[in-house]
Amino acid sequence: QKLVKAKMISPNCLFCHIIRQRSQRHLIYYHIREIKAANPHNREARTYGIRNFFFVLICRNYKGDVDMAEIDHFLPLLMQHEEEGLLCPVLSHGNVHFMWIKHSNLYLVATTNKNSNASLVYSFLYKLVEVFTEYFKELEEESIQDNFVVVYELLDELMDFGFPQTTDSKILQEYITQQGTKLEVAKSKVPTTVTNAVSWRSEGIKYKKNEVFIDVIESINVLVNANGNVMSSDIVGSIKLKTMLSGMPELRLGLNDRVLFALTGRDKGKTVVMEDVKFHQCVRLSRFESDRTISFIPPDGESELMSYRINTHVKPLIWIESVIEKFSHSRVEIMVKAKGQFKKQSVANNVEVRVPVPSDADSPKFKTSTGTAKYVPEKNMVVWTIKSFPGGKEFLMRAHFGLPSVENNELEGKPPITVKFEIPYFTVSGIQVRYMKIIEKSGYQALPWVRYITQSGGTLIRLQYNMTYCFRNVFYLSKGSDVEM
Amino acid sequence: MMCDFLFSLVCTGEIFELKAELNSDKKEKKKEAVKKVIASMTVGKDVSALFPDVVNCMQTDNLELKKLVYLYLMNYAKSQPDMAIMAVNTFVKDCEDPNPLIRALAVRTMGCIRVDKITEYLCEPLRKCLKDEDPYVRKTAAVCVAKLHDINAQLVEDQGFLDTLKDLISDSNPMVVANAVAALSEIAESHPNSNLLDLNPQTINKLLTALNECTEWGQIFILDCLANYTPRDDRESQSICERVTPRLSHANSAVVLSAVKVLMKFMEMLPKDLDYYGTLLKKLAPPLVTLLSAEPELQYVALRNINLIVQRRPEILKHEMKVFFVKYNDPIYVKLEKLDIMIRLASQANIAQVLAELKEYATEVDVDFVRKAVRAIGRCAIKVEQSAERCVSTLLDLIQTKVNYVVQEAIVVIKDIFRKYPNKYESVIATLCENLDSLDEPEARAAMIWIVGEYAERIDNADELLESFLEGFHDESTQVQLQLLTAIVKLFLKKPTETQELVQQVLSLATQDSDNPDLRDRGYIYWRLLSTDPVAAKEVVLAEKPLISEETDLIEPTLLEELICHIGTLASVYHKPPSAFVEGSRGVQHKRLPGSSAAGVSEAPPAVIPSQGDLLGDLLNLDLTPPTTTGPPPPASSGMQMGAMDLLGGGLDSLVGLLNTVLSEAVSLRSSFNVPVSGGLDDLFDLGGGVGMPMGVFNPPKTVWLPAMKAKGLEISGTFVRRAGVIQMEMTLTNKAMSVMTDFAIQFNRNSFGLAPAGPLQVLTPLSPNQSIEAALPLSTVGPVMKMEPLNNLQVAVKNNIDVFYFSCQYPISMLFAEDGKMERQVFLATWKDIPNDNESQFQIKDCHLNSDAASNKLQGSNIFTIAKRTVEGQDMLYQSMKLTNGIWVLAELRVQAGNPNYTVSTVLVVLAVFKSYFSNTNQNE
Repeated sequence: QKLVKAKMISPNCLFCHIIRQRSQRHLIYYHIREIKAANPHNREARTYGIRNFFFVLICRNYKGDVDMAEIDHFLPLLMQHEEEGLLCPVLSHGNVHFMWIKHSNLYLVATTNKNSNASLVYSFLYKLVEVFTEYFKELEEESIQDNFVVVYELLDELMDFGFPQTTDSKILQEYITQQGTKLEVAKSKVPTTVTNAVSWRSEGIKYKKNEVFIDVIESINVLVNANGNVMSSDIVGSIKLKTMLSGMPELRLGLNDRVLFALTGRDKGKTVVMEDVKFHQCVRLSRFESDRTISFIPPDGESELMSYRINTHVKPLIWIESVIEKFSHSRVEIMVKAKGQFKKQSVANNVEVRVPVPSDADSPKFKTSTGTAKYVPEKNMVVWTIKSFPGGKEFLMRAHFGLPSVENNELEGKPPITVKFEIPYFTVSGIQVRYMKIIEKSGYQALPWVRYITQSGGTLIRLQYNMTYCFRNVFYLSKGSDVEM
Repeated sequence: MMCDFLFSLVCTGEIFELKAELNSDKKEKKKEAVKKVIASMTVGKDVSALFPDVVNCMQTDNLELKKLVYLYLMNYAKSQPDMAIMAVNTFVKDCEDPNPLIRALAVRTMGCIRVDKITEYLCEPLRKCLKDEDPYVRKTAAVCVAKLHDINAQLVEDQGFLDTLKDLISDSNPMVVANAVAALSEIAESHPNSNLLDLNPQTINKLLTALNECTEWGQIFILDCLANYTPRDDRESQSICERVTPRLSHANSAVVLSAVKVLMKFMEMLPKDLDYYGTLLKKLAPPLVTLLSAEPELQYVALRNINLIVQRRPEILKHEMKVFFVKYNDPIYVKLEKLDIMIRLASQANIAQVLAELKEYATEVDVDFVRKAVRAIGRCAIKVEQSAERCVSTLLDLIQTKVNYVVQEAIVVIKDIFRKYPNKYESVIATLCENLDSLDEPEARAAMIWIVGEYAERIDNADELLESFLEGFHDESTQVQLQLLTAIVKLFLKKPTETQELVQQVLSLATQDSDNPDLRDRGYIYWRLLSTDPVAAKEVVLAEKPLISEETDLIEPTLLEELICHIGTLASVYHKPPSAFVEGSRGVQHKRLPGSSAAGVSEAPPAVIPSQGDLLGDLLNLDLTPPTTTGPPPPASSGMQMGAMDLLGGGLDSLVGLLNTVLSEAVSLRSSFNVPVSGGLDDLFDLGGGVGMPMGVFNPPKTVWLPAMKAKGLEISGTFVRRAGVIQMEMTLTNKAMSVMTDFAIQFNRNSFGLAPAGPLQVLTPLSPNQSIEAALPLSTVGPVMKMEPLNNLQVAVKNNIDVFYFSCQYPISMLFAEDGKMERQVFLATWKDIPNDNESQFQIKDCHLNSDAASNKLQGSNIFTIAKRTVEGQDMLYQSMKLTNGIWVLAELRVQAGNPNYTVSTVLVVLAVFKSYFSNTNQNE
């Protein structure tokens, strides 16, 4: 609770944040550490980590045209921008431009003095995080310090002279190994995969039982305004594969894609219109462009084959109505009603309704018709968890908080109510995997398994502010307005 | 300091230990020791003293140990160049190792050792590796060429590595192709003149094939390289677009953006009525929208680029307003960019939605975001006229919240709304006045004062309100003081009886008690105006103001075009040309969209309202631009193809087109001069001739080149004349600002004919406000040459004590006709026959009422000389020659049909001939 207060008081709360993030474990290193990585396309790229402001955890200068000392300007610049509330992913000092991302408490910074391809730089930095995470489970200060040899090796293999090279961690693991023991045994040859047209799958993979698991996961994003109107909604779906297939199988995935059906002149059954589709690099894009066939040689193991976006009007699957009354100097009363607006046969699992409360609230009291409610003071919210939520049902939660008599003068944001859930065996869009054809030259039989899940990518319900009466949705009286009820 | 000292003591001991371990016989111990060395290096300890010991470990079969040693070498070779030589032998040996991993490792590390001495030893191994059987080695070697070029460019050229690199574009392995393309692009960037990446349809085809097969990063290199190519025609353009479009479905955002860049650029060449054009437009929207679900930093890059795309082609995203709605947990930089795009997309159709959102944002807590949201509401009002009323009422609602910064911001934008819709919303003034006391920001105070002054006659207590500000006059910022002064003068002119005292007070405060020269000057001007001629004062102070324009923050069209060519890069994020933030790129030519000159002119109307004289100038100027409809679209020149050679190649068409127009212009102008036609037309030409010279050379009247709005009050109008063999740029500089301007200087960008100032710009006296000055600048034609688009375009930078301003103007080609343009008869005949037909072009001049002799006389005045004349079947054929300042000769045949009832002069045949003198001339120029 004290820490929360500190955050509210100090406008330049950078330090507090970090102290909090680091907890008491590492008081000495309370500052930021960073990894500075790569300006891929053009000029030098380096990977840095900074400790105690000017201490770089690791760095790699790929081109040698930016002075290594330039990184010293990064952190002061960053803090200055953060203080002014004008944080920006690109910072510049003189001729040097810093492009950075933050991963937990590390900063990955790419420096350049040329007109580099910025989108490539950021994609690469995120790729870097992905590769490191696959290698070390978690990317943090310790994992870099304990593995600096591998990190250096990886940095060299991932990028050369500012050009990203092989970034597929599965392939990298074949010739850049953690202990190096495997290297000697295997006499370390370059896997042909590195330069093959199929750069994501090695040859000679063997499984006893050939199977492929297909997960169709749909997230729905709904934004509801304070009057209960749906402002925007879309569905973002992704099809994930877990491939356990031998050899170099050729796969073809059939979906009930309306454009495909129209092309082939078939029009039976329910189809979906995908607004935009993005594919893993294994999918032959020109083939899809010409006849909508999704054909590919899959990477081994888990991967995301494709993602799609559907632009239809979806009603929130779990509808929330809430009344939040704030009586200044005394209390806040919250009433939230959740209603499952999906088929009765389906069940939503792990439902979480997050309701914001004022930062100075105390002594919580809850009453729920089902599930449990918990106050999370560091996030200023109440989290109401319902393990299983059948369709068509309605539940209620009431919360009561005390407010201090001395008022907090800080203006507070209006975070929306967010809802999280998961509904298995069901997709909102109605997308279906019609077939998955698997052809390998050895001619084995393989089984595809399909699973559907719908989850909320974030249903956001905006709260009304300073309104006296509101029947539908939310009622959030704030700051000094002693409204009589 | 103390810490460092202790630290180094500890280190010394450590180094001894490491030394011993490094020289140990045991392999494992050695390896561990090198690891420790690297670890120390990583934490910033200086372990360079161990150089010889570490290098000794280099000759080993253990790959991991080798890698570690190489790593060490890369770090310290520069500080120990002599020692580094010791490593060369091992490198050479490793480059022939049977294991491709070691060969590649050696060649990769070699390039990273930036020691000049070593480079020459590395050429042979590199050459071998470039031809290696293993693609992994070849792709590494390709990058190594770029590295070596960075250290020693000459060496790379001498050794012929560039050619080998070019050959790699045809390699069978897509990764090798991608790296070769990346390396070549990199090298080409530092050598704009070299013709390294001579992209032709064959290479393009190879690249497009490799595009389907290489890694995501390789695809980006190839797409970025493709974006530099200019297709020959719309068919080629379309076929490339078709092959690039599938990339829009790639999961990597960077691939998508690079593909968007190629498409946006090549789309310029597609005719708009083509079906494919519409299809392409539709295909672009979904991937752009999907970029908004990427990581926040990538979203930011995407949004900055979408901002450009929306300005260039608003139709792509016009239906996608909703996706730009701000989410609660978006980072602030994403929020602000989304707001910007929302305003750009706002239209009558979606304004209601936009306003509802903006109102929501305006009640958030993030101050910067809220301010921008309020400002956005104002911009909506100005942009969508139908929504103005709703915007104003929204703003009033916001003012009622009494949140201080919201109120202030709202007042600032309401002022703008008043300037767009005068006398329409003054009913809100009462509400504004209620908040007078809470205003503490200068901008808001100034805005409020302006409003009170402007509507003084409708505000009963205007004098009281203004008087209340006057109390702390000297504590106000200049902005507020100036505004207060003006407002009170306005008030006085509107209500002279009651406010005499007030105006005297403010005038004395401004003139006697203030140190600020601007304020004093303005005070004196008002004082004098009021005391000498109150009627004139009224006319000046209460003059009707021009309405403010719709969108003030649009990026200037030429810059926008350049930025579109840089989609995805830092330039597109900063919205600045690369030359503005990258050192040493000033000489590099700005990228342009293909066929842009025509599009740019027609789509972006000039910002200035043309006056009578300007209209004529515009007429003539318009005619002088190359007739893009007749020929193929002028090819845009990329950074690589520049200079004189280009004038002969791609530039030929546009040059001929240009000359055609000039000739016709000259002839028709001259002819109409003598023959009395209708009165109106005559006047028109009189006007034009007035500025011209007695010689009869065709000189266009002055046009406004740099409007005062764009140059902080400096207005430049001008023209080009040729007097006694000297080309002059005649300018009128007008100071429309409030302060004196001094220190004028001028500079030209490289241009097609090497025009350059022959001396400094002579503006000797300081330019006082509202003063004009004439300046004539003699030009030479020996400056650096670069092909411009259009050919006669001239980019000029003018500097004064305030800032540097840029503008571009077009000079009539006839300025460049030299006095010695009369060719010997024999030479003429011989040349005429030799010229290939490709160099010919024909056109007609209509309505020219002149016989052949008169025409020939007139043309001679413009240095177009008649060499011979003959009459065939009632047609007079005039053979003429002219010579451009850069030595290019132009030969023409002019046919005049005397008996034609329409008095038409028909068909001039223009032929380009190139003489040796031309080459020598341009060589000097370079």
